[in-house]
Amino acid sequence: MIFAKPSSEKEAISLLNETSGMTRILSGGTDVLVQMKSGAIEPELIVDIKNIPGIKHIKAVSGGYEIGAAVSGSEFNNYPGLKDFTPGIAEAFDLIGSSQIQGRCTLAGNLCNASPAADTIPALSVSSCFAKIVGPNGFREDLVKNIPTAPGKNSLKKGEFIKSIIIPNRPDYSSDSYIRFTPRSEMDIAVVSAACFITLDKNQLIKDLKISLGAVASTVVHVDGLCDLVMDSKITDELLSKIAMICSSSCKPIDDKRGTIEFRSHVAGVLAKRAMILAHKRAGDKIEKIAR
Amino acid sequence: MKKLHVNVSVNKNELEFLCNPEDTLLDVLRNDLQLTGTKEGCSTGDCGACSVILDKKLVCSCLVLAAEVDGSEIDTIEGMADDNKLHPLQKKFLEHAALQCGICTPGILVAAKALLEKNLNPTEKEIRYWLAGNLCRCTGYDKIIRAVMDAASEMRNENGSNYS
Ligand SMILES: Cc1cc2nc3c(=O)[nH]c(=O)nc-3n(C[C@H](O)[C@H](O)[C@H](O)COP(=O)(O)OP(=O)(O)OC[C@H]3O[C@@H](n4cnc5c(N)ncnc54)[C@H](O)[C@@H]3O)c2cc1C
Ligand code: FES
Ligand code: FES
Repeated sequence: MIFAKPSSEKEAISLLNETSGMTRILSGGTDVLVQMKSGAIEPELIVDIKNIPGIKHIKAVSGGYEIGAAVSGSEFNNYPGLKDFTPGIAEAFDLIGSSQIQGRCTLAGNLCNASPAADTIPALSVSSCFAKIVGPNGFREDLVKNIPTAPGKNSLKKGEFIKSIIIPNRPDYSSDSYIRFTPRSEMDIAVVSAACFITLDKNQLIKDLKISLGAVASTVVHVDGLCDLVMDSKITDELLSKIAMICSSSCKPIDDKRGTIEFRSHVAGVLAKRAMILAHKRAGDKIEKIAR
Repeated sequence: MKKLHVNVSVNKNELEFLCNPEDTLLDVLRNDLQLTGTKEGCSTGDCGACSVILDKKLVCSCLVLAAEVDGSEIDTIEGMADDNKLHPLQKKFLEHAALQCGICTPGILVAAKALLEKNLNPTEKEIRYWLAGNLCRCTGYDKIIRAVMDAASEMRNENGSNYS
């Protein structure tokens, strides 16, 4: 195995592109090292991206926030204002691993590792986040939700890597949330999870709703058609029950020791409802705050 | 295989070592630098026995490649006591008998110190969450939590009005 720590994007791209065998980007290494040790992967080349200029920056840009690919969970959650801006992504990121893992884990790593249970993928997806990708054919952007293609597989081409993730600005009175079900409250992997993004108008009427579900299919499930269903309505018990039902029936989970198909589908509906109540409350609080 | 040359500061001492690309920081600390206070439990990031501070951040040294740390500052359990003067956390672990076999202890001390550097007045819940990645198969955790709370309280008093 060759270890390289290039100090430019260009150098990283050509190293990745010129190696014929398996290559792996190393960011926090909390997936890569575990997989190497278990023998699941045997990379010919490891490219540590942490010396690339700008890769560890968090920046407020005109379109939102730009999160460098090597920003760790603890750096994200200690950055002033980010938790208020996107409580949903912040709580998803914060749920990854222990304090030790938080010092290393990254959004880009969680995304590219493409686990069906990855905590930040549903949260990034509902907020319409996108990745800035560089590679041998230049620069491109793609929505986070298009990147995982199967467990452990992603849509990046040879030589490409993620430089940063953009969390776009959102309309006033919008918020988000993420919750997961795990047997243990810390250091566990989601059995089911739900992320919600909601936009209200100043009369509390729903203008936008997105829900994504984790660990209930081979990739994150983005529930379709919710927006039309809820447009201009208020949140009611009836509406919440309908949404829970739609979410439950969107799942294609597996049966395993951590949860049966029936359990996972049911819990997905329950979590979707709770995530929606939470995001709705957060968005509603903004209406009050701005009115005051 | 060509070895990689790495410069680091460990417990404020400038050191250099040679490593293989797949060696972890934990391997090098224990096998090459003879700093065996940092323990190996699981090797997969789950137990926290290998906790060290890397560039001011708490990490599992089993999940860091040795080659990554060139130019970094590392603090291990060996740097915790000030010569023969134990750190308040170490003292309180002894007083509260917060260890039995002791394999988890260095990792827990390093992790607890990182918490108290951030927050000298943590609640019990905050301590329990912060240490959730440090497994102990002997004590049942309660004495560990009491010892950390007691050390924090002593450190607040020592620091006088700075932290009140
Ligand atoms: C003890 C423990 C607990 C964990 N708990 C959770 C949990 O609760 N929830 C959860 O979702 N995950 C969890 N994980 C998994 C892991 O921590 C996360 O997936 C983390 O976000 C990975 O980020 P990383 O930077 O460490 O990735 P790395 O290991 O560096 O990389 C992961 C994958 O992504 C690729 N990659 C990384 N960065 C880029 C980039 N910029 N461009 C292209 N490809 C890239 C790598 O090549 C690799 O294939 C846990 C892991 C451990 C060890
Ligand atoms: S040995 Fe590193 S976490 Fe267990
Ligand atoms: S004292 Fe034995 S594992 Fe903690």
